[in-house]
Amino acid sequence: MIQAIGRRSISAIESAGRFGHFLMDMGRGLRDVRTWGRLVVVQMRRIGVDSLPVALFIAAFTGVVLALQASYTFTGAVPLYFVGTLVGKTMMLELGPVLAGLALAGRVGASMAAELGTMKVTEQVDALETLAYDPQSYLVIPRVLAGTLMFPVIVAFAVATGIVTGWLTSLVLLDLSTPDFLKGLRLFYVFKDVWFGLLKSASFGFTITLIGCIVGLSTRGGAEGVGRSTTRAVVYAAILLLVLDAFWAVVLL
Amino acid sequence: MIEFQDLHKAFDGKQVLQGLSLKVRDAETVVIIGYSGTGKSVALKHIVGLLHPDAGDVIVDGQAVSTLDRDGLTQLRQGIGYVFQFAALFDSMTVAENLALGLKKRRLDDDEIEERVSEALALVDLSGTGDRMPAELSGGMRKRVGIARAIALRPRYILYDEPTTGLDPVTSAVIDRLMIRTREHLGVTGVVVTHDMRSAYTVGDRVAMLYEGRIRQVGTVAEIQETGDPVVRQFIEGRAE
Repeated sequence: MIQAIGRRSISAIESAGRFGHFLMDMGRGLRDVRTWGRLVVVQMRRIGVDSLPVALFIAAFTGVVLALQASYTFTGAVPLYFVGTLVGKTMMLELGPVLAGLALAGRVGASMAAELGTMKVTEQVDALETLAYDPQSYLVIPRVLAGTLMFPVIVAFAVATGIVTGWLTSLVLLDLSTPDFLKGLRLFYVFKDVWFGLLKSASFGFTITLIGCIVGLSTRGGAEGVGRSTTRAVVYAAILLLVLDAFWAVVLL
Repeated sequence: MIEFQDLHKAFDGKQVLQGLSLKVRDAETVVIIGYSGTGKSVALKHIVGLLHPDAGDVIVDGQAVSTLDRDGLTQLRQGIGYVFQFAALFDSMTVAENLALGLKKRRLDDDEIEERVSEALALVDLSGTGDRMPAELSGGMRKRVGIARAIALRPRYILYDEPTTGLDPVTSAVIDRLMIRTREHLGVTGVVVTHDMRSAYTVGDRVAMLYEGRIRQVGTVAEIQETGDPVVRQFIEGRAE
């Protein structure tokens, strides 16, 4: 029992040490702008193009459901224009960033872990090093920066899509007029709703891509190892994303 | 010159290298032979700092590799070409892009990069394949591209990790000829890790046998072929007992 606790403690300390070391290496790799500078743009395009359809699809249906559920909850008790308030606030503050983040943890995090994991087990990462490249500058920094910069953009589009589908649902299915929906939307709006959601998204983007890179580059074994890494990246990213979500709510709201 | 000095390395408690010492002189090719899992590739990775020794060191041109920082390692690696066992080509890049990647790091202009890529591909008899993807190549062609990627850098040293493993005898002979041609054309110092004895006799100036983590015997091809050491004899003759 004591031995097991000891082993787990040592393993946890080792993991923390490796994580700290990884972050230090990443900080050092930032100096090599010549290498990561052009690759950031490539990764931004990749993350954006790959992720936008999934994020918009989820946001569109979330907007529809939010409008209908709000109407169902408010009937007879709260004026219907509050549907606009609920759709706007919820999309901006919570569901836009979190649902898109969870979807992209699967889409982007898994793809990065699989890609880097395959490169690791086929010695492509070693080959990169022998060609005098720092894997941090070439592989990690472009992905993490691109994720941090692109996630807020994707979430902004997702939030807008959710609000538009919420408005269309209100118009078509709830007999709520456009001026009433807009009135509700503006009612408790503060600019903080926007930047809070976008800041949260940036932190999700950073976390998802960082986890994808760390897990991918620590892959061992062959195809089985790559499979394990892919799953681990998604699970770790999803858990951390929810923890971060609560963290930001406590700190900033 | 490359010098292994009393190199020790263990993985998960299993001792792999246990005092490996060996000198590789300038412009010679030393072949390290030994059973699978005896640490031949591990030794090779220490030369470029891909692995950090538990004790001892590798000295390359007077520099102790384990003491180099990231910038020092980058500098060192710019003078060394590494040919991986399974070529380790970047599968998202074309053949030409694979060759050009290392050259871009050396800040050469585009014309010179193009010239060096064509020259290296010609040297491995793969002219005209620059636009192909690694997945479209056979195993032998991939190994040749791996060699071309190393040659294109015009390094002082080339390290070959199992260059003929998994290839048919004719393709193996082609790779052997290529390694000899590379040495003759570029005058590089080579370290070859293999358990293919025919290849070892063809390309090596000297052959060293790694056994139980240290060098069991080192000598010229003739000396190894005439060895009286039963362990080396058994290995080079490929006898089960």
